[in-house]
Amino acid sequence: MSAPAPDLKQTPLNATHRRLGGRMVDFGGWDMPVQYPAGTVEEHVRTRTHAGLFDVSHMGEIDVRGPDAIAFVNCLVSNDASKLIDGQAQYSALTTPEGTVIDDLLVYRVAQDHLLLVVNAGTTDKDWNWIKSHHSGQAVELKNMSADYCQLALQGPDAIRILQPLTNVPLDEIKYYHFCEGNVDGVPAIVSRTGYTGEDGFEVYAAAEKAEQLWNKILDAGNFGADDGILPCGLAARNTLRLEAGMALYGHEIDETTTLLEANLGWICKLNKGDFVGREALARQKEEGVKRRLVGFEMIERGIARDNQDVFVDGQRVGRVTSGSPAPYLKKNIGFVYVPVEHANEGQEIHIDVRGRAVGAQIVRTPFYKRER
Amino acid sequence: MANVPEDLHYSKDHEWVRVDGDIATIGITDYAQNSLGDVVYVEVPKPGDEFAAQESFGSVESVKAVSELFTPVSGAVVEANETLQDEPEKVNQDPYGDAWMIRIRMSHPGEVDSLLTAAEYEDFTKAETD
Repeated sequence: MSAPAPDLKQTPLNATHRRLGGRMVDFGGWDMPVQYPAGTVEEHVRTRTHAGLFDVSHMGEIDVRGPDAIAFVNCLVSNDASKLIDGQAQYSALTTPEGTVIDDLLVYRVAQDHLLLVVNAGTTDKDWNWIKSHHSGQAVELKNMSADYCQLALQGPDAIRILQPLTNVPLDEIKYYHFCEGNVDGVPAIVSRTGYTGEDGFEVYAAAEKAEQLWNKILDAGNFGADDGILPCGLAARNTLRLEAGMALYGHEIDETTTLLEANLGWICKLNKGDFVGREALARQKEEGVKRRLVGFEMIERGIARDNQDVFVDGQRVGRVTSGSPAPYLKKNIGFVYVPVEHANEGQEIHIDVRGRAVGAQIVRTPFYKRER
Repeated sequence: MANVPEDLHYSKDHEWVRVDGDIATIGITDYAQNSLGDVVYVEVPKPGDEFAAQESFGSVESVKAVSELFTPVSGAVVEANETLQDEPEKVNQDPYGDAWMIRIRMSHPGEVDSLLTAAEYEDFTKAETD
């Protein structure tokens, strides 16, 4: 087994992933498992049918405390943080003055004077610098806690059955996008009913040094047998799960060249909440209408679309694939692309240049997958 | 440890070749299928298509990656394994058997001599892993 490259960052579970046979790759400067021996398809399907456990400790956590916490954050994000109540989480975005996306994030309201921002791993430093650069005189204290926390995502229909015996938090009572502070296996933790898979599930935040204890405990608790038990899941399954569930991935569907409105994230743009960075640009774009829009597509001919491949309508290049992959649960080949609004209707036929071959696809409604409730 | 049958020839692109007269059967190695992960898609050419050695004749795809297939020998395809379209998982299950990809009538059978032996290929993959 090869050692991790010395210039890569590691989560507290690095040795654990290696022990479990995780195939380690460089993911945005982090040494992370892309899959375990079960393989991506099995990990993906098991998460939909039973449960999967993901190490997402590489995500960043930024702590904002003080009387101005909500007002300060609300000037930087597109969603309305003032609408949060204690114990609630909100999907939001840090926006540029142009209304494009610095990062997408979760804003957790711990208390009226205490928010926790959970940001993407690859953008943590950028976000931290951006947020700090707007701090001038507001009564808030900012702290980059990314290295202090581990984050484990337990996802799938069996998540509650696995986690409940380990925690004093009444999981049934936590609503979607809410969280509770309590203990997991005796370890102080934040248990949040959130995730990035389209399944029910929880994300557990705890002290980094407790990562291995919690990871092992959850895998043990979910060990219901070779076919029904929980599986540790790598980043490849995390990506295909979020894609099937129609969720954007920073650096793919959204970045500093795409606005929230183009990305169908108008629902997290609260233009009337008061001023925030990018509000004016987004209001203008909303009034004028977007010229292109993110849509999902499904291959109708044999072939798999991949990231960055060119997309054509009637022989004209209209865009490129932002994420393209087989969808292991749906057993289809799917993807996302930005297309001009006049071609953004469901049923629109498009062609994807798959290594020199024009392969037919059509625009479909997203999410591609929606769990039965 | 990857399985490397003694009686086959190997390329540095991780294809194997089984020679029977002037017919070469070609597939990907156990090492290759293992590095690729779950194979979900295989594209093979039609009988009659001609390829020069080192040319791409198709592709194998996993959830995460695309891997092009290169023929180690020149010639015309006499048969392609169509069953892999519906059962790509065979590539993971039986890379040297059911998951053969094409049979080529070799135009330059001598090309086989420049391929790696099983022992050489094993050394080659070890060097790649380290």
